[in-house]
Amino acid sequence: MAIVHDSKKACAVNPLKMSQPLGACYAFLGLASTMPMMHGSQGCTSFGLVLLVRHFKEAIPMQTTAMNEVSTILGGMDNIEQAVLNIKKRANPALIAIASTGLTETKGDDVDGYLRLIRAKHAETLDGTEIVYVSTPDYVGAFQDGWAAAIKALVAAFVTPAETRVTGRIGVLPGAHLTPADLEEVRELIEAFGLDAVLVPDVSGSLDGHIPEDFTPTTLGGATLDDIRGLGACEHVIAIGEQMRGAVERLEAIGVPCTLFDRLTGLTATDALVALLMRLSGKPAPARLKRQRGQLQDAMLDGHFHLGGKRVAIGAEPDLLFALSSLIAEMGGEVAAAVTTTHSPLLVRVPTEEVLVGDLEDLEMRAVGCDLLITHAHGRQAATRLGIPLFRAGIPQFDRIGTAHQLSVGYRGTRDLIFQLANIFLAHMHAHGPEDWPLPAEAVAAAQGQSAAGCGCASSSCSSVSDEVVIPIIPA
Amino acid sequence: MDARVSAKIQSVFEEPACEHNQNKDEKARKKGCTKQLSPGAAAGGCAFDGAKIALQPIADVAHLVHGPIACEGNSWDNRNSSTSGPQLYRTGFTTDIGELDVIYGGEKRLFKSIREIIEKYDPPAVFVYQTCVTALIGDDIEAVCKRAAEKFGKPVVPVNAPGFVGPKNLGNKLGAEALLDYVIGTEEPEVTTPYDINIIGEYNLAGELWQIRPLLDALGIRILSCISGDGRYHEVAQSHRAKAAMMVCSKSMINVARKMEDRYGIPFFEGSFYGIEDMSDTLRQLARLLVQRGAPADLLDRTEALIAVEEKRAWERIAAYRPRLEGKKVLLITGGVKSWSVVAALQEAGLEVVGTSVKKSTKEDKEKIKEIMGEDAHMIDDMTPREMFKMLRDARADIMLSGGRSQFVALKAKMPWLDINQERHYAYAGYEGMVDLVREISKTLFNPVWEQVRAPAPWETPALEEAC
Repeated sequence: MAIVHDSKKACAVNPLKMSQPLGACYAFLGLASTMPMMHGSQGCTSFGLVLLVRHFKEAIPMQTTAMNEVSTILGGMDNIEQAVLNIKKRANPALIAIASTGLTETKGDDVDGYLRLIRAKHAETLDGTEIVYVSTPDYVGAFQDGWAAAIKALVAAFVTPAETRVTGRIGVLPGAHLTPADLEEVRELIEAFGLDAVLVPDVSGSLDGHIPEDFTPTTLGGATLDDIRGLGACEHVIAIGEQMRGAVERLEAIGVPCTLFDRLTGLTATDALVALLMRLSGKPAPARLKRQRGQLQDAMLDGHFHLGGKRVAIGAEPDLLFALSSLIAEMGGEVAAAVTTTHSPLLVRVPTEEVLVGDLEDLEMRAVGCDLLITHAHGRQAATRLGIPLFRAGIPQFDRIGTAHQLSVGYRGTRDLIFQLANIFLAHMHAHGPEDWPLPAEAVAAAQGQSAAGCGCASSSCSSVSDEVVIPIIPA
Repeated sequence: MDARVSAKIQSVFEEPACEHNQNKDEKARKKGCTKQLSPGAAAGGCAFDGAKIALQPIADVAHLVHGPIACEGNSWDNRNSSTSGPQLYRTGFTTDIGELDVIYGGEKRLFKSIREIIEKYDPPAVFVYQTCVTALIGDDIEAVCKRAAEKFGKPVVPVNAPGFVGPKNLGNKLGAEALLDYVIGTEEPEVTTPYDINIIGEYNLAGELWQIRPLLDALGIRILSCISGDGRYHEVAQSHRAKAAMMVCSKSMINVARKMEDRYGIPFFEGSFYGIEDMSDTLRQLARLLVQRGAPADLLDRTEALIAVEEKRAWERIAAYRPRLEGKKVLLITGGVKSWSVVAALQEAGLEVVGTSVKKSTKEDKEKIKEIMGEDAHMIDDMTPREMFKMLRDARADIMLSGGRSQFVALKAKMPWLDINQERHYAYAGYEGMVDLVREISKTLFNPVWEQVRAPAPWETPALEEAC
């Protein structure tokens, strides 16, 4: 049971956190033929867009209402109207998905009201394009909260109670911490039981790095509006990550049976999913899954030598933090430092003593003496200063390619993740030297026939003076 | 709007050294040089982004962003401006304001943040960046910075360029204004020489400054301050003692160059490091200005001698690529970099420039392009991604050189692409840079990967299809 603290600092140093509207737009990027848009100044979109481009190495369709100070003060109705009409004309998407920002939330724009007026005024022009809006102020919550809010808004806007359930149709609500490769793995797991998987949103359809036939100004794939609407008629909905609880509750309220998994990384976690799929399909697990499970068991046996006893510092959003920490703990490692971005009921269950809602400076201070740092690419400076390896997890990873295909769920994903982590330790194995086992001053003194008390030596190896090692963040 | 920001923006718009501006009538000038953005069809950064780009390369300063997490959290440590020493500029500082700060005001948090930074990191100065939300709720960053500077005995510089006042380009200038108001001329250098210059508007992207520096070092020219690439706070504070200045041609800091001329009598010229002739021209102008300001006249001859040697060496190395590159077609879509200066180098390597963007070029630039490329030069004012895609797909070009924004247009068309914008990781300045650029083009064009990705899949092969 972890104690959860908030950082007491006034100034965040080296942010771990990204903002809510970006998380919301990332969710919208998993919808087909969609144009995500931030209602804010053009910089809000530009920063988020550049971040996602650098992470995925893909074109990211994302627009802005380009608010300036006058339009902010007078209200953004005109800008939203113009933006919606412009997007309709230029890209003709099936969905325009709008997320608010700190700027327009501070002003207090009534976007829902604006949209009703705009729809009424331009009913004909906007025919064939849906518009959805989610409130995501920058100064509240973090990336995964924005993702969660966006999916909740999509469910609220498009899912209606169904008369009958479609047998074998399994809805999936993935959290923001799952990669396109993770989603593909979940889909394959479900399909392995002869079931149909409908993922909402589905970034594996849009950000998996495929090459389309022609130029498209909107998203390149993902969940369709019909997929979203169809959630109401699913036989069962599987949600992955505590962040999806809000959307799950909405679906349950209209009678959709749901199961929420707090993670799908690890043997027991995957077993739970497989058990559910066996029950839902009434079919036994296929042979290849059984073989994969065996491979994972073997990976755990091989890997525990290298992960056991290792001290790991993790900085990640709550759901990713929980998944990674749980695996490290299950492999015999110690989560010695855990820093996250936002609150979640999951945090108390992270297998560590303390979880801090803070930044990468907090993580760096707590990571002194650790063997491995796990966080997104911004941890690179900290890892260098600490002199320990960095394993990149989460968004952004602007200094790596292939991030969409990082796999960490299911039997295969867990197996590969264990291999990667163990290999880092193997690559950084400490070769022992003659100075590694110095005698304490007491012993040396005793051997030289001196009194043990009151050692006056100033040698750095002398235990009576060496306090804990503190590595300054900025070398003097 | 904050009256001070408003006045600043007006003064920036009235820039007398900008020819572009001088050709406008009174009314157009007042409206400023920023196009109204079109909601739903806009791209590019905000004023805050611009201010940060302009100032962040000052490497030993703590850059503190006062605003919600988006402004710093979504963007920090994402630029490729290099440093030869301090790393503090790569540390992300933000007040990360929450809901309660929005309601009660964020000034106290800002003040405490400045204190925390000074206590923990002890930088020579703290720069505080205003953002939209904190501007909207009326946080007075000038007052907080003034109080903090008094209290902590250290320069604390307000950079008042909230995102919503305009685009990136305006932010560059507002950031530069903060230097003029609070930094430049506040300290004296220990020694000065007749060879002291400032380079203004150079950000040392991918370390490009270091492709230029050896040339200046060889001539005995000292960069008193580069504003702001690989910059140091004290250097910028002492930069008013330079004898001459070069303003890098993108004009992003024209106000600094012009106001330093007005205030301290430092003559400047507009030059470019891109392209061989441009580089030589820049060296000549620097030497000429320094000699005018009292440097020994032999500098001119030494400069010519250096140019002769370096030009010859560069042209020879570029010409070596001619057999390989002869007749290959290039589509050149650049932003601020003067298109024609790069065109000359590409032509020398045997490449045919089938089109070049002139969106940000001046009238003279266009004339120059015609001179180099001929009357029927294909100048592109504003090309949509769809048009670019089509042009590449139809193989009217073999390679596209552009900024990162259109990168995927080329790659998804399975066409070679080379990054020549500010996010690039290769340095293309000076004589060395042009040779490197041609080498990169050659490397990209002849990568065997293109042939493979364009090959049809097994199920697209008719014979196989029939057999199945």
